[in-house]
Amino acid sequence: MTLLAIDWLLIIEKLVLIAIIVFASLGIALYTTFAERKVAAVLQDRPGPERAGPFGLFQPLADGLKLIMKEEIIPTSSNKALFIIGPGLAMTAALMTCAVIPWGSTVELFGRKMDLQIADINIGILYVFGVVSLGVYGIMIGGWASNNKFSLMAALRGASQAISYELAMGIALIALLMTTGSLSLKTIVDQQMQPGHLWNIAYQPLGFLLFFICAMAECNRTPFDLPEAENELNFGYHQEYSSMKLGFYLFAEYINMIMSSAIMASLYFGGYDIPFFNESILSPNIAALVGVAALLIKIIIFIFIFMWIRWTIPRFRYDQLMNLGWKSLIPLALLNMLVTGAWILYRG
Amino acid sequence: MNTTEILFFFLSAVAIFCACMVLISKNPVHSVLWLVGTFFAISGHYILLNAQFLAIVNIIVYAGAIMVLFLFVIMLMNLNQQNEPQKGFWMKLAGVISGGCFMMVLISLVRQAADLNNKTAMTTDGDIGLIKNLGKVLFSDYVVPFEITSVLFLSAMVGAIVMGKKD
Repeated sequence: MTLLAIDWLLIIEKLVLIAIIVFASLGIALYTTFAERKVAAVLQDRPGPERAGPFGLFQPLADGLKLIMKEEIIPTSSNKALFIIGPGLAMTAALMTCAVIPWGSTVELFGRKMDLQIADINIGILYVFGVVSLGVYGIMIGGWASNNKFSLMAALRGASQAISYELAMGIALIALLMTTGSLSLKTIVDQQMQPGHLWNIAYQPLGFLLFFICAMAECNRTPFDLPEAENELNFGYHQEYSSMKLGFYLFAEYINMIMSSAIMASLYFGGYDIPFFNESILSPNIAALVGVAALLIKIIIFIFIFMWIRWTIPRFRYDQLMNLGWKSLIPLALLNMLVTGAWILYRG
Repeated sequence: MNTTEILFFFLSAVAIFCACMVLISKNPVHSVLWLVGTFFAISGHYILLNAQFLAIVNIIVYAGAIMVLFLFVIMLMNLNQQNEPQKGFWMKLAGVISGGCFMMVLISLVRQAADLNNKTAMTTDGDIGLIKNLGKVLFSDYVVPFEITSVLFLSAMVGAIVMGKKD
């Protein structure tokens, strides 16, 4: 008698896929921190980290080891349970996004067809949006539980910034959904791969720009890093944190960056599509691998742009940040939605 | 028991536990976080009913927006046990008794409702909760209530802005 009718092979397959994607994201995030320091160094005309290993390649490992080895300090006046949960929430919310990103097309292994996507749910984009809206909990809980005025102020800043920019992001996404007619990320990528169909950036240039700005704000990257403005708030919402808990907060930012790059690449730049190339002439497995490589290259380009902006543009003042969000981005997003609707109506 | 039933009982247990913790916790911030947990469990129930859209909207609107506002308010007002008025024992007892009576009325109502008798939940074949069907129903059968609701939302927004103005 079978107690549970479960396709165990499917579960194993998905677990392996989840493990690969999570560890790959962590690994990429590790080297993104290294890339950030190198990019900063190049833009500031200095060599950057170069001592640990060839070209300083072991630097992120040394940094990680240092964070783990540091003393763990939990302030006595803090709310202990929430103080510990905070970084975990930040990390979880950052990693949850990877479940719906289509990393590649289908590969065939051991006679099974495997989608290189953990879950192709028909509300993919809304799921991403939901996870983004949960990301604010990590900051708020950590900042509040620290029982420090600067942390609390930073947490409130971070939360209000996230809420403000989520709105414009959502409206920019609605315009995209109106053109694609589907919420599933896989369907959206497949549409862009069709012959005669351009990437969505061609149909939604303004929408992409808005989405990009909002993604930058959601990741708390400079020029939107008000929650950790060190000259006003000492160190921001993670001021009381030490050791790997601090590491989780810092790491979550990089994972957020990778995930939002992957989302932007999938939504607006064809995901695992290779430009000017017909993938169907390759065998399916090779095509899938090349597709994954193409997506990774797009992600790396986006990450580089994030860093480039960070080390070029200074931080906004808080009122400028709110004005930009509410008085520029949201009206523009609404306009974009109206124009898209009119265009769809006109085209019939 | 099949997988759906196991998930149903698990999610129900989580939902009820979190809901009890909302009431029991002394710290308002903890209460809000347990409430977020409850919303997640209820979203799980929506997914069991194949209502993915409702599940995710529940998370976006309640867990992602409304509860964040709750947290904001609680953090800014700095509520804690010292300066919050504590109710006496008899008040608590009266609350428990009247709340329990209300729950019994609700349970008997649900048990006897003609709409619910001999009906089973559409766990896998129901598709009204998918975004496509929901959108079609909202914009065809229920278009007037839907539009009236949007006017209501608009008036609430205008009201909030008027109240939020300084002068």
